[in-house]
Amino acid sequence: MMLVFFAYFALVSIASGVLTVSLRHPVHCALALLALLLHVSGLFILLNAEFLWAVQVIVYVGAILVLYLFVLMLMNLKTDERYFHPSALYFVGPAVLGGVYVLFLLLQSPFDGAKGTAPASAVLQDGDTYAVGIKMFSDHILQFEIVGIFLLGAIIGAIVLAKTPKPLDPKEERL
Amino acid sequence: MIPLSAYTAVSAVLFMTGLLGVLVRRNFIIVLMSVEMMLNAANINLVAFSHYLESMAGQLVALFVIAIAAGEAAVGLAIIIVVFRGKISTNVDEMNLLKW
Repeated sequence: MMLVFFAYFALVSIASGVLTVSLRHPVHCALALLALLLHVSGLFILLNAEFLWAVQVIVYVGAILVLYLFVLMLMNLKTDERYFHPSALYFVGPAVLGGVYVLFLLLQSPFDGAKGTAPASAVLQDGDTYAVGIKMFSDHILQFEIVGIFLLGAIIGAIVLAKTPKPLDPKEERL
Repeated sequence: MIPLSAYTAVSAVLFMTGLLGVLVRRNFIIVLMSVEMMLNAANINLVAFSHYLESMAGQLVALFVIAIAAGEAAVGLAIIIVVFRGKISTNVDEMNLLKW
């Protein structure tokens, strides 16, 4: 059963990733990205990361993607006739070859390492949100504060950048 | 039980697709979307290793990655709006000046 769900989420996320890169109209690309993000959040559920699933759906799909769609519709772009970079053909062949080689190596390698202190049974006992919260506010509180400052800076930067510049002529201001 | 290498394979394919999108697309907004796709591929890797190696650190880093993706989207889209106001285009090939 897990395998069926994994195959579905993996295949659909890869397919919508390819569509995001290859579709012509930017709004269609954004909708393909929506499908990609939702299916990646499904992969998070399979990995016992319910809190990240919720964050992915709320922050990525609910906030970031809506911001992209908002800007796309604000600009009302015409679709370019040639929407790929002219040198695209030189990239695609080597990239596909390299990707197949990397996949071959990945599927062979037996990943392993030192086990940590949070086995799945312990996480499931109190819930993933509890485990993430305890870990974040005990060991990683400094990083949490840094991310908070970073987001504040990003908000202020975005407002300063996108503000309408003042007209140079004072007469124009009255109109 | 799904092996860990299956998750890394999905993540590698998504990352490759996003990298290709950054390199070949000419629309700035779609380039930013491809960057989001690459960040998501990294997140799959982080959460998969976090699950299989039984440590919460991977999920925390994935959360920070999501926060940084949000900041990047906000600032990147603001820059796109500024450039679009100056010249009516979002083609990356036409943005070759720092100031005009």
